[in-house]
Amino acid sequence: MKLSDIIESIDGILLNDAADTNTEYTSAYSADLLSDVLALTKGHTLLITGTVSLQVIRVAEILGITAIIFIRGKMPPPEVIEAAKAKLSIPLIFTRKTMFETSGLLYSKGIRPCENVPADEV
Amino acid sequence: MKEEDCLLKFEIQGGEFLDSGESSAVIKEYLKKIGIPHPFIRRVLIATYEAEMNVVAHAEKGTLCFTIEGETVVVRVHDKGPGIPDIELAMQKGYSTATQEVRQMGFGAGMGLPNMKQNSDTLVINTEVGTGTEVIMEFTL
Ligand SMILES: Nc1ncnc2c1ncn2[C@@H]1O[C@H](COP(=O)(O)OP(=O)(O)O)[C@@H](O)[C@H]1O
Ligand SMILES: [Mg+2]
Repeated sequence: MKLSDIIESIDGILLNDAADTNTEYTSAYSADLLSDVLALTKGHTLLITGTVSLQVIRVAEILGITAIIFIRGKMPPPEVIEAAKAKLSIPLIFTRKTMFETSGLLYSKGIRPCENVPADEV
Repeated sequence: MKEEDCLLKFEIQGGEFLDSGESSAVIKEYLKKIGIPHPFIRRVLIATYEAEMNVVAHAEKGTLCFTIEGETVVVRVHDKGPGIPDIELAMQKGYSTATQEVRQMGFGAGMGLPNMKQNSDTLVINTEVGTGTEVIMEFTL
């Protein structure tokens, strides 16, 4: 799914302009707890999260996260957007939709769970 | 491992969620530069980041020391803090004493210590209640 279609389907707003809106995405992971993202995802993925602290950017750096969608109207503070600009060149998207609806909308358009392990198998 | 043997050294401040986590970015650049393969770097970074964030979330202050001994990356984090009364319990997936404030920052999943164990080849924890904790992780190439 193209980034531009992702943004449109969740009534999203792109928070940084550096991003190429033609980039294709195929997988995503939804979580608020960053340790879960660190422990349970494999490979590179788009992240859907309600956590807007600077630590999201750290985790994105460590894991090679390809895009971040901030959900339920939680706007990352300017320093987080700045840090993303300085450290990563990935799109940051804002939506007022819930994690459930965001995930469901993207799933219905073909986005699938990223490669991951359930916690009871770690 | 003596302090002066650190290739890279970082001071960690408890409660400092804004500026913390820098060590992983610096270590990433270092390992990339010397040509270490990506999956290995990922393991080191995940475990190191969790160890650093445990100091931020649970302790007063600490030091992170990164070094390479032959084929082995060694990360040692020691802190001044409450210590861990029951390591076996703390190692359990999902066990966390993190405050609501810490959870708001995205931590407190209780996956940090299991994650450190999973991603390192050896994990040693020395802790004294009321004094602090030392975590030593080794990653062999
Ligand atoms: N450096 C530390 N100092 C004191 N307590 C710690 C430290 N690291 C971990 N702990 C204790 O072990 C528990 C589990 O740690 P962890 O698995 O990283 O989960 P989390 O950090 O999400 O709570 C923590 O909630 C805390 O009670
Ligand atoms: Mg932790």
